[in-house]
Amino acid sequence: MPSPRYWRETPQRYRLEAAKCKQCGKISFPPRLVCLGCGNKDFDTVKLSDKGKIVTFTTICVAPTQFTEEAPYSIAIVELSDGVRFTTQVVDCTPEDLEIGKPVKIVFRKIQEEDKTGIICYGYKAVLT
Amino acid sequence: MREVAVIGCGMTRFGELWEKSFRDIFVEAALKAIDDAGVDHLDSLYVGTMTSGLFVGQEHVGALMADYLGVAPVPAVRVESACCSGGMALRLGFFDIASGNSDIVLIGGVEKMTDGADVTYALATAADQEYEVYQGVTFPGLYAMIARAHMHQYGTTRKQLAHVAVKNHHNGSLNPHAQFQNEITVEQVIGATMVAHPLTVLDSSPVSDGAACVVLASSDVAKKLKKPLIKIVSSSAATDALALHQREDITTLKAVKHAAESAYKMAGLKPTDIQLAEVHDCFTIAEICIVEELGFVKKGKGGEFTEKGETALEGSIPVNTSGGLKAKGHPVGATGVAQAVEIVEQLRGNAGKRQVKNATIGLTQNMGGSGASSVVHIFKKES
Ligand SMILES: [Zn+2]
Repeated sequence: MPSPRYWRETPQRYRLEAAKCKQCGKISFPPRLVCLGCGNKDFDTVKLSDKGKIVTFTTICVAPTQFTEEAPYSIAIVELSDGVRFTTQVVDCTPEDLEIGKPVKIVFRKIQEEDKTGIICYGYKAVLT
Repeated sequence: MREVAVIGCGMTRFGELWEKSFRDIFVEAALKAIDDAGVDHLDSLYVGTMTSGLFVGQEHVGALMADYLGVAPVPAVRVESACCSGGMALRLGFFDIASGNSDIVLIGGVEKMTDGADVTYALATAADQEYEVYQGVTFPGLYAMIARAHMHQYGTTRKQLAHVAVKNHHNGSLNPHAQFQNEITVEQVIGATMVAHPLTVLDSSPVSDGAACVVLASSDVAKKLKKPLIKIVSSSAATDALALHQREDITTLKAVKHAAESAYKMAGLKPTDIQLAEVHDCFTIAEICIVEELGFVKKGKGGEFTEKGETALEGSIPVNTSGGLKAKGHPVGATGVAQAVEIVEQLRGNAGKRQVKNATIGLTQNMGGSGASSVVHIFKKES
């Protein structure tokens, strides 16, 4: 992917940075310019919790090109203890280990790489605790 | 607002149309619709296509299609809202006539998906590129997560999901335009190649080429042409969070719910007034959620409702009499317009072996991505 596009997202992907609304306290991840809770436009940067639970999940068998070597792999929507939800791979486990409600911890991992000479892309994944 | 009627419709067969080009399939469907309408000119053209740029390297589709249909300098525009591009094109054409700007409008939907493009990648552009696709999720994966949540929250079973595909293949077997005209069984669906747990390839709509067109006119023009009066009595659309994980409830398709509620209001109708519906069954779970959001059955009961046969041809509310996206095929941008073609053919009494008896009111529901946009139209036959 074009490197500016990758670079812009690194605070979120590397450090789980989010935007907390100064007015209503709602946390937006990724950060937005307008709060969905109250319409306010002033935010503080906060770091998300690295603890959460599985809201729903699947195991991808037919994968996109960059992920074919990893298939089958599991993906979940995770809700963190601060209420934020995101989509992430769940790794270091077998698909049978996953259940709705199971606790997870967010870790820093390699996500994908751009062919042989491109950049290696990092970000967050979840592991069962 | 002026009253709007559908006075012509036409479509290509859906499937792998290797020998035909993107532009030619559109023109084929358009000529059929224009011939059916019996009009000698168009005031405007709207073409729905999701991502022709990625599928065939072609943008600027409005002008291209006006050119190849031989109607330039008629104004033409391409409309995009992912998988509901066709339905949104229909909506824009509806308002073009309702507003009094145009008298006769052609609406087209077209997609050419089998020319060798990376289809998984192209379709995934309708999801959140940075926060869903980046992590390795696919469209079947998103719907699989909706399915898993629906099963967990409401006890929907794997078998109930399969019933959607079995029913739609049965209907497709009665539709000469359908990509798949073969019957399948519940066991075949469950035992098919897994795509994203718990969804198999037979829970999924196929990769298709195809085009569909309708001609709209003001009611006055339709009466002068002595056409059977199939009026569009509602056109409503709504949006929701683009990323599935941003939605309050994973199993609720809020955009569908909102579009349906305002469509019923606009027509002064209730869900129980609808006699048949074409809905966006891109995956089996989608149809189950949609019949709930459209108010045909209580939230959570869509699986049971389907298994009981309520949505079958002989059921209380036949859904996807055409075979739906699953069996008729899903050339993404064409789908919303093809849904309108099926409802019009049903209301005219031209649906052959899959005809719903005495149908006078039908609904179409078309949806983009994992449900971030949706459009609902209601059609009524005036006797
Ligand atoms: Zn706020």
